[in-house]
Amino acid sequence: MNATPTFTARAGGFFHRYANPGRFLKLGARLQPWLTWPAVVLTLVGLGWGLFFSPADWQQGDSVRIMYIHVPAAMLASGGYAGLALCGVLSLVWRHPLADLAAVEIGPVGACITALCLATGSLWGKPMWGTWWVWDARLTSVLVLFFLYLGHIALIRAFDDPQRGYRAAAILALAGAVDLPIIKFSVQWWNTLHQPDSITLTGAPTMSSSMLWPLGLSTLGISLGFAAIVVARTRAAVMESRIRALLSSPRRKGGAA
Amino acid sequence: MTRKTRRLWLVIACVACLGTAAGLILRAFSSDIVFFVTPSQVVAAPPPKDRTVKLGGMVVAGSVKREKRGETPISTFDVTDGQASVTVHYEGILPDLFREGQSVVAIGTATPPHDFAAAEVLAKHDETYMPKEVAEALKKAGKWDPRFGPPPSATSWNQMTVQDARKDISAAPATN
Amino acid sequence: MTHLPYILASYGLATAMALTLSIGAALRLRRDRARLDALERTSAKRTAPSAQAGATP
Repeated sequence: MNATPTFTARAGGFFHRYANPGRFLKLGARLQPWLTWPAVVLTLVGLGWGLFFSPADWQQGDSVRIMYIHVPAAMLASGGYAGLALCGVLSLVWRHPLADLAAVEIGPVGACITALCLATGSLWGKPMWGTWWVWDARLTSVLVLFFLYLGHIALIRAFDDPQRGYRAAAILALAGAVDLPIIKFSVQWWNTLHQPDSITLTGAPTMSSSMLWPLGLSTLGISLGFAAIVVARTRAAVMESRIRALLSSPRRKGGAA
Repeated sequence: MTRKTRRLWLVIACVACLGTAAGLILRAFSSDIVFFVTPSQVVAAPPPKDRTVKLGGMVVAGSVKREKRGETPISTFDVTDGQASVTVHYEGILPDLFREGQSVVAIGTATPPHDFAAAEVLAKHDETYMPKEVAEALKKAGKWDPRFGPPPSATSWNQMTVQDARKDISAAPATN
Repeated sequence: MTHLPYILASYGLATAMALTLSIGAALRLRRDRARLDALERTSAKRTAPSAQAGATP
């Protein structure tokens, strides 16, 4: 117990030193090209490889190529929500202003990528399973994740006082994080129509390396792309909050009125 | 304790409580969360005739019979989980992935003891992703017959390239 | 290619989403930077000697 105050204080100091909005603006501007361009190159190489050069699956035929989008999208849908939950902790415990701004910006991007995961899954399911949709544990828990994103987007913008919206959305983000292990382990805990993971920490991947390589590249590329878009949006949000502060400063108000 | 520390513990406690609650609820409902029941479950405890059940299992090799009544294909096949098997009757087009040895989920009603009238048949894909040539090479080498179950350990084939597989196919004598 | 419509729809959706999100973010960033620069210039002019900490980059 003795160590905790110093931990929270130290952690708080760390966040305030390296992630205060002003410093983030400089750091983000420096970081942006290093995220954006590798993301573009890796995604194009990964998806191009997957679409044109990787072999077709022995039973799925060419529809296996949908995987090169679906799997990264699924990983980022969960990863993005984990990011929201982290922002929620930073917001509730340390009242960190940058975490609130980031949470506002992660929400819509995460919802889009979750929708892409659901849509590509459906487009694969129709020819392979024989149905667009089933209510099995994996598909249902990802749909719940999509609604959690939508709820977060609505809640964080629902109050006249933005601070109240940030608190409420942070609580939703943390409560919703319970869905993440359910998504991950749904295919092991219950029998589902969705297949189990091919890539696990414990065993050899049950996927040919000729498909694993393009999948790895596109996952890396799309993840960097997600990060690049979130960083760009958060930079814009920091600028917007500065613009608001400048416009509402007393001198300015006197001049405008 | 500073206010921040207190808030941190509060957040941890709330998340832990919520996680436990969610876990208990899922445990309680886990028999409803499963997507399908197995043939041995259906044989051991036949569901009422008017209830729609989802039956999941592997299509038994050599059990598939297809005929045509007018334009509609009619198929009959056995589904097994290794312990019991149930004969599924289905009118309609089977999904692309349907084959002997494939896992399927048939949605319909059970007619005890061993028959099942399916209104819909879904193919279940497993976690195996391999090129056609690699699958052919494994079959040629006698390491795998897809009609009788899942492929051998992934370490034996996941590094095999399409070129290797083509060489193997042309080198190996035809066994089947 | 088998299942071409499904593959095209998937890649089409992904491309459309990536373009919308990234172009949207880039335009927003450019607009905000221009507005912030303009505001900072005018407020710096108005309160030349005692400019606020937040107003100077």
